[in-house]
Order: sequence, then C-alpha cells, then structure tokens
Amino acid sequence: MAQVSELGQLEDGEDERPKWDNKVQYLLSCIGFAVGLGNIWRFPYLCQTYGGGAFLIPYFIALVFEGIPLFHIELAIGQRLRRGSLGVWMAISPYLGGVGLGCFTVSFLVSLYYNTVLVWVLWFFLNSFQHPLPWSTCPLDLNRTGFVPECQGSGTVSYFWYRQTLNISADISDSGTFQWWLFLCMVACWAIVYLCVIRGIESTGKAIYFTALFPYLVLTIFLVRGLTLPGAAEGLTYLFTPKMQTLQNPRVWLDAATQIFFSLSLAFGGHIAFASYNPPRNNCKKDAVTIALVNSMTSLYASIIIFSVLGFKATNDYGQCLDRNILSLINEFDFPEQSIPRDDYPTVLLHLNATQPERVARLPLKACHLEDFLDKSASGPGLAFIIFTEAVLNMPGATGWAILFFGMLFTLGLSSMFGNMEGVITPLLDMGILPKGIPKEALTGLVCLMCFLSATCFTLQSGSYWLEIFDNFAASLNLIIFAFFEVVGVIYVYGMKRFCDDIEWMTGQRPGLYWRVAWYVVSPLLLLSIFLAYIILLAHKAPSYKAWNPQYEQFPLKQEKLYPGWVQVICVLLSFLPSLWVPGVALAQLLCRQRQKWKDAQLESGLKLQNGRHC
Amino acid sequence: MLWPLFFLMTAIHAELCQPDAENAFKVRLSIRTALGDKAYVWDTNEEYLFRAMVAFSMRKVPNRGATEISHVLLCNVTQRVSFWFVVTDPSKNHTLPAVEVQSAIRMNRNRINNAFSLNDHTLEFLKIPSTFAPPMEPSVPIWIIIFGVIFCIVIVAVTLLILSGIRQHRRNTKGPSGVDDTEDKCENTIAVENGIPCDPLDTKGGHINEVFLTEEERLTPL
Repeated sequence: MAQVSELGQLEDGEDERPKWDNKVQYLLSCIGFAVGLGNIWRFPYLCQTYGGGAFLIPYFIALVFEGIPLFHIELAIGQRLRRGSLGVWMAISPYLGGVGLGCFTVSFLVSLYYNTVLVWVLWFFLNSFQHPLPWSTCPLDLNRTGFVPECQGSGTVSYFWYRQTLNISADISDSGTFQWWLFLCMVACWAIVYLCVIRGIESTGKAIYFTALFPYLVLTIFLVRGLTLPGAAEGLTYLFTPKMQTLQNPRVWLDAATQIFFSLSLAFGGHIAFASYNPPRNNCKKDAVTIALVNSMTSLYASIIIFSVLGFKATNDYGQCLDRNILSLINEFDFPEQSIPRDDYPTVLLHLNATQPERVARLPLKACHLEDFLDKSASGPGLAFIIFTEAVLNMPGATGWAILFFGMLFTLGLSSMFGNMEGVITPLLDMGILPKGIPKEALTGLVCLMCFLSATCFTLQSGSYWLEIFDNFAASLNLIIFAFFEVVGVIYVYGMKRFCDDIEWMTGQRPGLYWRVAWYVVSPLLLLSIFLAYIILLAHKAPSYKAWNPQYEQFPLKQEKLYPGWVQVICVLLSFLPSLWVPGVALAQLLCRQRQKWKDAQLESGLKLQNGRHC
Repeated sequence: MLWPLFFLMTAIHAELCQPDAENAFKVRLSIRTALGDKAYVWDTNEEYLFRAMVAFSMRKVPNRGATEISHVLLCNVTQRVSFWFVVTDPSKNHTLPAVEVQSAIRMNRNRINNAFSLNDHTLEFLKIPSTFAPPMEPSVPIWIIIFGVIFCIVIVAVTLLILSGIRQHRRNTKGPSGVDDTEDKCENTIAVENGIPCDPLDTKGGHINEVFLTEEERLTPL
C-alpha cells in the first residue's frame, strides 16, 4: 500500500509511543472528554428554551450530518498518523501546520477557564460537608437585628454565590483583589489535574475509570431520587412537551449545530491525541459512532434528571409563594392560623377582594403561577450553582445530595480536563521541545504550572466576567474555523481516496456513501453556515454582559452593561488570534519553500559556471 | 354608687388600650405553626401568663419595680391569636413610654418565648425587632479542614509518583552495567573458595571433586 510506505518512517519511530492498556481506557477517555459540564447545564437549557422535545429533531440531524462525520475524521487521522494534532497536520501538508498550532492554543485557553469552573465546583463541594448548608441562611447584619440587606434582596443562594464565593465586583473594569479562598482551591485543582496527567495516558488511563464512571453512578442515584420527588412529573411533562412551532426559528438550528459541535469537543486536538495512542488497526468508525451516541444519550439522561429536580423546585416555590400570600391574608384579617388551605386560596381571595378591596390592595400579594416558576431557567453556572443548589436545599438529607452533586460535577469536568491537557501536552511532546534526558513528569508539571499562573486572573473579583468572555469568544469561532480546515484538509488536500484507503486498511471496511457525502459536501457547508451565522450574530449588536450590582434599582435583576472599549478589543483578539496561525504558518512555509528554491537555483547556476570554467 | 366609678375605670382602660393607641404594641402568636399537634388553646389563663411575663419584664427596669399584673392591659384578642397591649403606670391614668416597654421586652425576650414554648418567629412583637443569636461558627471553617485533607493526599500521591518515576529512570539507566557486576562477582566467588584459589587445587593430585567440576561446567557458557 503506497500510503503505508510513504508514511512508513512514522511506524518505526513510534514503537516507543505510549499505548492504552486496553480498549476500555481509550473509550472511557474519549467519552469522558466529550461528556462534560455542557451536557448537564447547556443541553437541558436549550431543550427547555427551544420547545422541549421538538429540539431533539434539529439536535439529531446535526449529530448525524455534522457531529459523527467530523468525529470520525479526527479519530481516523489520529489513529493513522499516530501523532498529536500538530504532527498530524504537518504530516498531511506542511501548509496546514497552523491548524495544529491553533488547536493547541485554543486547548490552552480553554483549559485555563475550564479549570476555573472546577475551582468553583470544588469550593461548593468543600462547603457541602456541613449541616445546615451555608447557603441556606443569610448572615446577620451588624446590629444582629436582621439579615444583610443584599442577601435579603437577592435570596440566600444567590448571595452565597455572588458575594461569599465570587465576591463579585459591579463592573468588569473594577478588578478588585484576589480572593484567597478561590486561590487556594485553584492550587488544589491544578494539583489534582497534575496528579492525573503526570505521566500522560499512563496516569489518566487509571484515573479515567473513576472520573468517567462516577458521574453515571451519581446521575442514576439522582434519577431515582428525582423521579420520586413531588412535582417531578409536572417538570418533565411541561419541559418535554414538544412545541413544534419553535422549529421555524433559525436560531434553533444554529444552536443545535453548535451544541453538537462543542458537546463532542471537536477540533480541540484532544481526540486526535487519544486516537494516536491506539493500535493502528482499530475500528475507529465504530468508536466514533459509539462515543457520539453515548454523549448524546448522556445529555438526554441528564436532562431528565435536571427537569425532574427543576419541576420539584418549581412546585416548592409555587407552594411557598401561595403560603406567603395566605399568611399575609391571615395576618391582615386575623383569621385563625392555617385556616386557608392552598386549594381554597383563590376563592378566599376573590371573596375578600369583593368585600374589602382596599385592605386587600394594600397587601404585598404576588401572583403565583406554576408555569412562571417552571419557566425560570438558566444555563451554565447559574443552573448548577444557584438553581440546582436551591433545589437541593429542600430535599431531605440535603448535605448528602449536595456532596454527591458537586462531586459528580467535579469528576465530569476533570475527565474533560484530561482531554484538554492532552491537546496541550501531546503536541509539545511530539515537537520534542524538551531534551531527552528530562522526564515527562517535568514537562507536564511545567505545563500545569504555566496554566495555573495564567489562570490566577480568574480569582479576581471580576474573574467571572472574564470567564464569560473567554467562554463566549475564545473557543467558538476558532474551533469552527479549525474544524472547517480539518475537513477540507483531510478530504481535499490529503485526498478522499487516500483517506478511504487508510480507513479500509484500519477498519477493514471502505467508508460508504453516507460518509463520503457528509465529508465532501454536508459538513463543510454546515460549518460555513454556522461560521457566517455566528459572525452575523456577533456583529448584530455590541457585546454586553450582565453585572451583579447591589446598587442597581431593580436589584435582584442583573444590570446589563456594555463592554468597555479595551475589553472589546480583547474579545476580538481572542476570537481571531488563534486562527491567525493558519495563514501565518502557510505563509511561513511558502516563504521557506521559495527561499529553498532560490538557493537551489543559485547552487545550480553556480555549478554550471564551475563546469563551464573547467570545461 | 360604685357602678359609675367602675364604668369610668373600664372606659378609661378601654381608651388606654386600643389598636394603634399611643405606646400600644401588637402581638401575634403562631402557636399551631410552632407546636403542631401539641398546640395549646389560647384562653384567659394564657392571657394572664402573658400579662405576668410583661409585668415581670417591666419590674426589671429601674424605677418600674412596682409594676403589677393589673397594670398590663390586653385588648382586641382575635382568632389569629393577635392582640394589643399597653402597660400603665401605678395611677392607671397614663401608659408607660413605648421606649421603656420595648427595651424591657427585648432584654427578656428569651424568657417570654420560653414561657410559651415559642420562638422569635412564632411570638412576634410587631415594632420590636429581636436580636438574632449569632450562628454557631467553629473556630476553623469546615471547608478548610476538608481542603487540607484533600490537598495533603494529593501532594503525597504526586510525590510518590515522582519518586517512583525517578527510581524507574535510574533503574533503566543502571540496568546493563549492573549485570556485568554480578557476573564478575560470580567468577570471583568461584575462583576463590575458602580463601584458597581454586586453580592450584585443581592441579594438585587427589580426587577430583565432582561438585567443583559441575560448577565449572555451569560457568563455561558465559
């Protein structure tokens, strides 16, 4: 086979390449990398916002036409070329080396802020080992006659999150000081990451058994608990009921495509690195389909749990809303205690409104509708650290549930961090940056130290605003560009025929029509349209953020502010700088080749002259 | 003749204790919320106890040591269980200033609560804020303890891994030379047995020790 011999030199040198102990480790590592915090707090939110069950249609279409084909390409080239993301692209074409460097940069940026989320999770985890939980009560004010006003206005959990955890400033330009407790947790987090990646896949391969499987155990425990909670059924029916008309909104399709893309952690280089440690003849097609399906099933599984717990919380809040109103009525009209059951409340209110409307009008009665509470949704940290945390408070045995929940989030994020770190470490190892004498432990230690020092900026008081910026800008556009170049590079530069031959050699089967159509046409088109849609959305309005400002008039609501100029510049830089590696490296290679040709031409003409003289 | 006086007194009392009267306080009890099934019924005996507790609190104020239960007036008792009360001076013509009553109740709030098996939330004196007890805080926050445990475990594990890596590295580099050393040692021990070099033993006469021979054969492949 021509391809094998062309790249034959790779085979000889790679005997010392580390290997997976068994197939299970490899599968668990890829699944752990793909299944992360986004499956828990992004997918249920999208499902809820975009019409419940109806969202599954664009989601699965995106999975079939974009997710699985791209994922298969990554695993196949990693396994075939047996290099990390940098080496793979240099091998396919030296002009495409920039893609590898770009993936490396994005992996580095993402690991900075992803681990910061783990720092927050660790902080909550450490604080869960007490009863009552610290976010169940407000602290007292100086006179000890009441609660701190900020806490009274916003609620105990929000106060614990914004004030006692983040100690957030009211504006992004106000950096504030370093929060020593977050700094300590960050030291611990990076130490744990170092412990797990210290010897590359030798150590992560052992750790992954726990970090990839523990979340599923906890999810199952929560499933059983969640489905037996009162109000779970309301949550599930309300949130999963499909509202088909939302499918007409193009935003739904865009979000489904981006969700699949980021959920599978494509274009980070981590999957390429994982696959490069595989034996050459391994059925990567089956692996790709399996892992992608497991990832999507996990998202669905998690959303059932999240929705049942949210339904319980909404029912609880609705009941408390009614109880507060009933208490106001009883206190005002001096009815006997507990004389108005919740079901009778509307009739009693009607009667009182008819007989004594002025007194009723003076009362602070709120309108209580169950749908309003069910509609309160959030994605991202808000879901985990505020809403779910509040729901856990009301469960019997809250301490244990909190420990389990945050332990699960930590292991979920940790297994994704392994993939991120592989995307950073494997290219460095392949580049041969460190001399032979220095062991791998030193390299991983150095990488973790650099990441830790760079990430300390997120422990400032404005840290969470910066994290949002990184989350929104550092990864999204760049990864889509890299994925586009991945598909185009493999299919058009490396060659579809060569690639199909390689896959036939590895798996024993030639890719069928579905794969070829998806790679040739559908995936590149989808990626292009996502890229354009993103640019349009970004340019549509100036980027803004929501600040937590206790001095704001509508206080518990967050204040919408525009980013200052210098922050906008940083956003733009984050969005485009990593992608500049692609044209940069291509240009550098071009110049190098031209110089070489020029030198060769000079040498040739010099020889001719010499020959001429002698002749 | 006494009847008009009696009516006059009750009229004055009625004026002194009225909802929103000067120096009057509203009290609200939530007995069923606090005690559930063990809730007691609010009757005149409980009212008597309440008046006694208020009088007791006032007696602890300097200059008000002569307050009697009859000086505490209750009115407008509702089904909610809520009512208004005032404390009059010994002449029963004026009510005591609200500030004094407020500070007296605040100082003895705990005793009053305990007398009725209620707490600050279920026995409310509207307009008298209660001082909350500070929460029980351990000297070292729990999260630091757990953090310390986890961090120590991680550091120990990292150190062990690094040390074992260094040891393995050294073993790999020393491996080939180590084998040569043992080979030499073998030859030395065979060549010098019991302090006597074996070669001279071989050349002298006498029986050939077959054990010695087999040992030599064992060595020749080297």
